[in-house]
Amino acid sequence: MKISFQKNNRKFSEIFLGALTWGAALLMCAVLIYIVGFIVWRGAPYLKPSLFSPVYNSVNVSLLPALVSTVYMTVFALALALPFGLGAAVYLAEYARRGRKVVRMIRLATETLAGIPSIIHGLFGMLFFVTYLGWGFSLLAGVFTLTVMILPLIMRASEEALLATPDSYREGAFALGAGKLRVVFRIVLPAAAPGVLAGVILAVGRIVGETAALIYTAGTVAQMPFAETGPPLVDVFSSVRTLSVHMYALTREGLHTNEGFATAATLLIVVIAVNAAAARLAGRVGRNGA
Amino acid sequence: MKYKRMTSESVMRAVFFLTALVSVLAVLLISLFLLVNGLPALAKIGLFDFLLGREWSPSDAPPLFGILPMIAGSFYVTATALIVGAPVGLLAAVFLARVCPPRLYRVLKPGVNLLAGIPSVVYGYFGMAALVPHLGASILSAGILLGVMILPTVATIAESALRSVPEPYYEGALALGAGHYHSVFRVVVPAARSGILAAAVLGVGRAVGETMAVIMVAGNQPRLPHSIFQGVRTMTANIVIEMGYAAELHREALIATGVVLFVFILLINLCFSALNRSSR
Repeated sequence: MKISFQKNNRKFSEIFLGALTWGAALLMCAVLIYIVGFIVWRGAPYLKPSLFSPVYNSVNVSLLPALVSTVYMTVFALALALPFGLGAAVYLAEYARRGRKVVRMIRLATETLAGIPSIIHGLFGMLFFVTYLGWGFSLLAGVFTLTVMILPLIMRASEEALLATPDSYREGAFALGAGKLRVVFRIVLPAAAPGVLAGVILAVGRIVGETAALIYTAGTVAQMPFAETGPPLVDVFSSVRTLSVHMYALTREGLHTNEGFATAATLLIVVIAVNAAAARLAGRVGRNGA
Repeated sequence: MKYKRMTSESVMRAVFFLTALVSVLAVLLISLFLLVNGLPALAKIGLFDFLLGREWSPSDAPPLFGILPMIAGSFYVTATALIVGAPVGLLAAVFLARVCPPRLYRVLKPGVNLLAGIPSVVYGYFGMAALVPHLGASILSAGILLGVMILPTVATIAESALRSVPEPYYEGALALGAGHYHSVFRVVVPAARSGILAAAVLGVGRAVGETMAVIMVAGNQPRLPHSIFQGVRTMTANIVIEMGYAAELHREALIATGVVLFVFILLINLCFSALNRSSR
């Protein structure tokens, strides 16, 4: 009797644990679908052409200036962060000897940087770029703040991609008489490119969604970032708001919640597209790297 | 010819090295500027009056700058988020690492990444419209929303911890007659416990540092709360809400709030990397 009871008990707890894990996974899916569905359902009806007018005013609540500013902000921040992040990754993966004090320091700093919340990045940006360097609330201050923020992300993705490149590639190139530099630029980096790109795309997602780091660095002015000479030249010292900051500003005013949801839906669609692109690239890296 | 190549090799090596030092420089500059701008306020207000003061009223005469309500706010909101997010995150990690059929994994994993990639303002909009009308602008609303936000973080880190447990552990348990789920929960999960703990700690770091979503659902009253249905203000919210109009000592006090937050985050990160190291 006792034995069969234990057996039943075990069977029961096996089913219970199974239900628990499946339940958690289902709950997670349900939450994701609910959030995405909710935002799109609330925002989509208000995605009107007037939201995309070239000039923002309190009647049309146009998101176009914010969208254009977001694009410039993203491009500039990537243009700054990519060379530094990639260079650092090359040093760590190809040159650095493990266990050296400097190397450990660099890793510690990168880990720390990755863990710093965006509001602290924003405070630093305000104190250093806006006030100390005297750039004021500006596109430039926003770009530099974001650069510091995404640097560890790009470093990590690039380093992983470099390390995933088989050693036989390097050995083959060395055997043919290539120098270290040539091996890095002509062999290793091209092979690691998809992984680096996946990191870049993740960084784009991070920039597009960022708010706290930008409110007190780039400011909240809803205008195109263009210089007086006209587009596509930009005035890097003009204050601009990105899409995320725009959304936050709308909630502060409290009058345009519907337009806010429309902006949220737009932003969410951008983020989903960015994520899908990163996932496809990462999948390709996985297949090549193994 | 050979000489020239040697120099370009060593020059580029130095260039790579310098780019690697940028992150060190950034961390140093961040610490320096936060401390230089925040410490004077700490000196003027007094460390204990600042950290343990129960009253935050910058416009009173004399103004009071006690951030205990904000520290408590961050604590309560984070604790709620952990209660909501960590168990589900851990179970989801078990599912991803040990249960999920490969075809489902190819859909589910990007889903987890998307959950991590949704911007915090979007979460904030969701919380404002879906949680606040039912639960009020309260600790509970903020905790649930943050719980969802840290879910993918916990799940991802815990998943990789579970995956790094050697396969023979699981197989050995099976061979001894344990069922699939028993083997996973009684053998694999305990073996990965420091990695799982690290996942929870990273979740805490995310929750403490989260700003925009919290501002939109937590109510932001700078007071010590009596129940989870009351609103609170977190340290992060305090900075964003008042920095726009603060001046002089008030502004310095906000930067000092940032310093306190920074110290908390550094401690949390330290725990995380210590746990992470011991899990390897």
